[in-house]
Amino acid sequence: MSSPLEFAPSCPFPIQNYPQVLMAHGGGGKLMHQLIGKMFAPAFRNPLSESQHDSSVFQVGSQRLAFTTDSFVVRPLFFPGGDLGSLAVHGTVNDLAMSGARPLYLSAAFIIEEGLAMDTLWRIVSSMKQAAEKAGVQIITGDTKVVDKGKGDSLFINTAGIGILEHSLRIDPQSVQPGDAIVVNGDMGRHGMAIMAVREGLEFESAIESDSAPLAAEVLALIKAGIPIHCLRDLTRGGLTSVLNEIAESANLTIQVEEKSIPVREDVRAACEILGLDPFQVACEGRFAAFVPEAQASAALAVMRRQSGGESACQIGRVTDQKQPKVLIKSSIGANRIMDMATGEQLPRIC
Amino acid sequence: MKYLDEYRDARGARAYAAEIGRVTTRPWTLMEICGGQTHAIVKYGIDELLPKELTLIHGPGCPVCVTPLETIERAIELAARPGIILCSFGDMLRVPGNHTDLLSVKAGGGDVRIIYSPLDAFKIAEQNPSREVVFFGVGFETTAPATAMAVFQAEQKNLHNFSLLVSHVLVPPAMEAILGSPHCRVQGFLAAGHVCTVMGYEEYLPIARRYRAPIVVTGFEPLDILQGVLMCVAQLEQGRAEVENQYSRSVRREGNLPAQQLIQKVFQVVPRKWRGVGEIPRSGLGLREAYAAFDAERRFGLTGMEVSEPADCMSGSVLQGKIKPRECPAFGTRCTPEHPLGATMVSSEGACAAYYRYRREPVLT
Repeated sequence: MSSPLEFAPSCPFPIQNYPQVLMAHGGGGKLMHQLIGKMFAPAFRNPLSESQHDSSVFQVGSQRLAFTTDSFVVRPLFFPGGDLGSLAVHGTVNDLAMSGARPLYLSAAFIIEEGLAMDTLWRIVSSMKQAAEKAGVQIITGDTKVVDKGKGDSLFINTAGIGILEHSLRIDPQSVQPGDAIVVNGDMGRHGMAIMAVREGLEFESAIESDSAPLAAEVLALIKAGIPIHCLRDLTRGGLTSVLNEIAESANLTIQVEEKSIPVREDVRAACEILGLDPFQVACEGRFAAFVPEAQASAALAVMRRQSGGESACQIGRVTDQKQPKVLIKSSIGANRIMDMATGEQLPRIC
Repeated sequence: MKYLDEYRDARGARAYAAEIGRVTTRPWTLMEICGGQTHAIVKYGIDELLPKELTLIHGPGCPVCVTPLETIERAIELAARPGIILCSFGDMLRVPGNHTDLLSVKAGGGDVRIIYSPLDAFKIAEQNPSREVVFFGVGFETTAPATAMAVFQAEQKNLHNFSLLVSHVLVPPAMEAILGSPHCRVQGFLAAGHVCTVMGYEEYLPIARRYRAPIVVTGFEPLDILQGVLMCVAQLEQGRAEVENQYSRSVRREGNLPAQQLIQKVFQVVPRKWRGVGEIPRSGLGLREAYAAFDAERRFGLTGMEVSEPADCMSGSVLQGKIKPRECPAFGTRCTPEHPLGATMVSSEGACAAYYRYRREPVLT
């Protein structure tokens, strides 16, 4: 007889601490990782879901394909440098690109709140169309739902995407090796601060524009140049800090980065200083980190810098041979500290 | 970044550290009073640059951490009431009350809003005339003028749906409480630069004299702190106990007089309980009788709150500089930012949060 426990549908999440879902459970920090690790992953466990990557890679016949999905709920709908529509395309295209896939097709599902201005919806849809064309993908299926006034927040979009792998590299966190160089394709934190500045009414000499952009061309150029990429990850929620911690954890290795070598634009740094935020924990939507063998780092950087948007690509650190999953950052005055993942949302400080 | 990178320069830091090493001949114990300085020290590894004779103790410099549990419970109760919008700084939202925190109240349907300035709460009150808007005002002298301005404007504009749950605290009485304790190890202070930007530093002169302790008004960047330490150690070595101003690019002796006048107009000095420390006489700001109509505790009849601190939380000892965060047995095990026992683990200025974030295990250098 089976143990009765197997039939008890008890919630695996420590509900004594969190009887309700908090915003922090979607913030890209530790609470979100706990939610995924303790509830979603065990419930849906299968070999494909365990790669802990931005998309799942699987074989159909002789062909490897990548599949992913993402939902977009950003407010405001329009912000400097982008909007909900372009973001919904870039997000899914980028998740596919991070597995080394060439994105092919997307789906688009719209959850629309009653009363949304038709003109607003059209602007978002037009923006999706343009973003898809630019990224070289087609939106081939979709869904439309309208919910009662007050039951949604104007518009949510979900996109799913499928892409094709045209190489034999295994690009995932488990492929990271001691000695790998870590390179990024540009400055940190611009998307998050663009949104925050609009939301909080912060005014600077010129608006901070989101970095939202499709990354597939950059990744495919790296592959075409023969760079033996070990891992790729776009620096979205939780920013660089979350990504480095996730990869250190998956690879069971210590990562060392240098604060001074991580590019952050002047206006973004200033906004972060004012709000008490860490730019390395702020989301980007057009930035990624690549883990490549140290000997290939300069070749990879040369390729990245030739791509539009990748002009300020640089190396920010390396993977050490220490078998402890942590991230160390050398401060500007030369001392090392832990680069820790945020708990949940970054909250502005008091003074 | 201009006016910032200059104060985070590695060569400058090493030069200051070498000079501190040169002037230090004996063991000295200094306390930094501001949580912002504590975080900078731990984040940049400033203490690791200092000679082993010097000990830095972290003081009760986090206003969120010292806000009494009763007041947090009152905020939680107000936030859960329908018809009330509770506004606070982001830092307050994760601070644990007896059973819950403001973020959880928000998740349960309470209208809790993060604001950046007390004047934002005032604006929210103007925009929502049918709702009661309560601003949960905490902080040292630094944030008191903005809180006072919100109340002052509410009174000027007859804004009847705005009120204040106030827990502002004052730094000099806390320093006196520490120096007056029979167990006091602190020999010199780094005073909080931003507090002094508002208040000036004349009120520190009698403290330095009475307790023979040098006080250096200090900024928040690595080079500020190192220079503050150097000035403080130099005084100790020379047998001086004066008030000096390292942060002269922001602080004037008399402070910001219009800001002080505004504080004076709206607030009076009251006794205040500090979480983890106890009641300190004349250490808080409460609303003057003329502004009592804006006192949320009176308006909503909040009294007699039963509270109990978690038995295994040692944040009081941390706040008083008696232990370092890692010496607490619950640190990093039963107490983490996700499951905090005390406010010092969640506030962005809390000492435990700084150690957890940057130092929870020895790092390689």
